[in-house]
Amino acid sequence: MDYINLFVRSIFIENMIFAYFLGMCSYLAVSKTVKTGVGLGAAVIFVLTMTVPINFLLDKYLLRPGALSWLNEEYATIDLSFLSFIMFIAVIAAMVQLVEMVVEKFAPALYGALGIFLPLIAVNCAILGGALFMQQKDFSGIGEAVTYGLGSGIGWFLAILGIAAIREKIAYSNVPAPLKGLGITFIITGLMALGFMSFMGIKI
Amino acid sequence: MAQETKNRPEQIAEVDKESKKDAMILFLSDSEEKEHFLSRANRKLLSDPLNDDNPITVQVLGICSALAITVQLEPAIVMAIAVTAVMAFSNMIISALRNLIPNRIRIIVQLVVVASLVALVDQVLRAYAYDVSKQLSVFIGLIITNCIVMGRLEAFALGNGVYKSFLDGIGNAAGYGLILIIVAFFRELLGAGKLFGYEILGHKGATLAESTGLYALGYENNGLMLLSPMALIVVGIIIWVQRSRNRKLIEA
Repeated sequence: MDYINLFVRSIFIENMIFAYFLGMCSYLAVSKTVKTGVGLGAAVIFVLTMTVPINFLLDKYLLRPGALSWLNEEYATIDLSFLSFIMFIAVIAAMVQLVEMVVEKFAPALYGALGIFLPLIAVNCAILGGALFMQQKDFSGIGEAVTYGLGSGIGWFLAILGIAAIREKIAYSNVPAPLKGLGITFIITGLMALGFMSFMGIKI
Repeated sequence: MAQETKNRPEQIAEVDKESKKDAMILFLSDSEEKEHFLSRANRKLLSDPLNDDNPITVQVLGICSALAITVQLEPAIVMAIAVTAVMAFSNMIISALRNLIPNRIRIIVQLVVVASLVALVDQVLRAYAYDVSKQLSVFIGLIITNCIVMGRLEAFALGNGVYKSFLDGIGNAAGYGLILIIVAFFRELLGAGKLFGYEILGHKGATLAESTGLYALGYENNGLMLLSPMALIVVGIIIWVQRSRNRKLIEA
């Protein structure tokens, strides 16, 4: 039950884009058509589901205050959490590289579809944001970390899918010239975020 | 292969010359043969990002980690200062190393440099401004993946001298901070009736008679401004205003 709750929360209530504005750069840049939006969204789900649990293990067994006590009782006072930014970003960059190579080798069709989006993901704020929120939330086990990563990824996917579909239609509308393109996209995202706020308070 | 080895010494000599030149620009900024240190071109590096080439409203970079902290002015200003420090120094470091970084691993090198600077800023904030640092929570860490930092490293620092890159970093961070501060100003003023935590529109009491200032006239705060969607809408409106004043920015 806890897992379902966490899953729903991370998709709708704590949506990466609508609640925290994470990954906005690629969200705005790649949402011109539904096809590319779906490609990037799928890549984000994939990478978030992989990196959040890995960073969770890293945090639990290496970085947290007292995390090193599994190695030796004497290390229980060591606090390496000031290293977490560098470790997380290194894991993310390495994972993205690895995922890229594995996908290229074993699923060339998927690789072709994701194309340039995979390497771009290393600098997507949503991925690092997922790791940092995971650290803040203090999950008890790896199951929760996987659920959170997957849920956040799906939330991001839904957001980019929605805005890409709207932007494809809005190309035919008569928007005031200074608002064309970027301006109207911001305002629509704001309105979508207002819509998503109605999910607040849902508890399963 | 042979050609590559032949080119080597020349390349190194060139690198040497370049880095010496940069050092000269840094330290002997007013020597005759060098550009003056606030020449027109350098001033342009500082002023362009404020309007014509604004990182948020024109280049569309760096929106990610910014908007969630614009509910109040104070964290927005701290965030702007943190980003300025990170951008100026990461631009400088990458520009100084630009001829030594192999092209294929440059992203990782950049990430490591930026991550170390951000870790430094984070520790300084925790030591001297703990409350604000708590308020900013994960968003300080997210400066690492702030697209504007990486974007300027890729687009400017890899191809320009140390001093110019430093100015470019300051200029772009200022353009970014400007938008943050404008958004935070309107959100705090209209949402809470405060600026920097001071009640500048008067005090809101339990009843109309107990209130002072604008509230005594029946004014109400717009609580919607405090919610995250309004940050996006305020930025949208800023873009609208900017583009209707500066029509060459309008997208076709």
